Amino acid sequence: MTVVERREIALVDLLDRLLAGGVVIKGDITLRIADVDLVRIDLNALISSVNARVPSPFEESR
Amino acid sequence: MTGLRYVYAVCRPYGTPLQAQLTGVGGDPPRLLPHHGLVAVVSHVPEADFSEEPLRAHLEDLDWLTTVARAHQGVIDALTTVTTPLPLRLGTVFRDDSGVRTMMEEREESFLRTLDRLEGRVEWGVKVYVESERTPETSAAPAPKPASGRDYLRQRRMQTKSQDDLWQRAETFATRLHETLSGVAEDSRLHAPQNPTLSGASGRNVLNAAYLVPRVKSEEFVEKVDRTKDDVPGIRVELTGPWAAYSFAGEAATGKEGP
Repeated sequence: MTVVERREIALVDLLDRLLAGGVVIKGDITLRIADVDLVRIDLNALISSVNARVPSPFEESR
Repeated sequence: MTGLRYVYAVCRPYGTPLQAQLTGVGGDPPRLLPHHGLVAVVSHVPEADFSEEPLRAHLEDLDWLTTVARAHQGVIDALTTVTTPLPLRLGTVFRDDSGVRTMMEEREESFLRTLDRLEGRVEWGVKVYVESERTPETSAAPAPKPASGRDYLRQRRMQTKSQDDLWQRAETFATRLHETLSGVAEDSRLHAPQNPTLSGASGRNVLNAAYLVPRVKSEEFVEKVDRTKDDVPGIRVELTGPWAAYSFAGEAATGKEGP
């Protein structure tokens, strides 16, 4: 069962669960963030940030 | 001590200590905060990073998010070896211990109910991909160069047709697989298909599902997935897990599709 042995967890699989799963609690701080932003950030912002990391000759790497 | 409280999970009290070297978000070891019949697992995190504005900004920084997500997962994973944790959404932060206790008090009943529902269960992730464009047949024997516009159009049509057939097969396959696995699982959730830019996986993700499975039935479940894997050419199945029951932590009704 080779599939199961692979322990390196892909970030996307993790984010599916950490950003869309888990109990949403109205914390002192995260009230708005947990309810709204995290869901809405979805993966769109992340995708653009991944795209932004594709090496560009015009930007210095970080 | 100053700092905010980052909460990973809520559990029932458990006997076995977490491994000593375990570090959580921000490098702070997870601590237990008991209240009545529940324990919250928390880290102390700096206000500079975790109060509302900085947190909001950080969440759009993939490197930061990755680090926090991995740390969060590390703690949940460790908890999974000693108990059945109820994971909270990433980035759940309180001002102080008493804020955490108040929250536990308010939601005690619902936490206990959910913990009962999840006790002894794990989550398995199953994804189905269609290897787009290139089916094994076409890649093995590349089409001859079209001699004319009409040839070109004919070739295009055949390619499109074979791609359509593949989609059709993939959809049937995914539907059937989902039905089969739902039969073994207690509950299931459909996540949005993953974007290939983020996953780096080849092919297009057509099913991204999570299944809640009793530990004792995990082997059976994994075998079922494994048996279907090479059934259809051009279609790939990936299994992840076992996870803590992240996708089933909400109180949503059975069968409701998330997120």
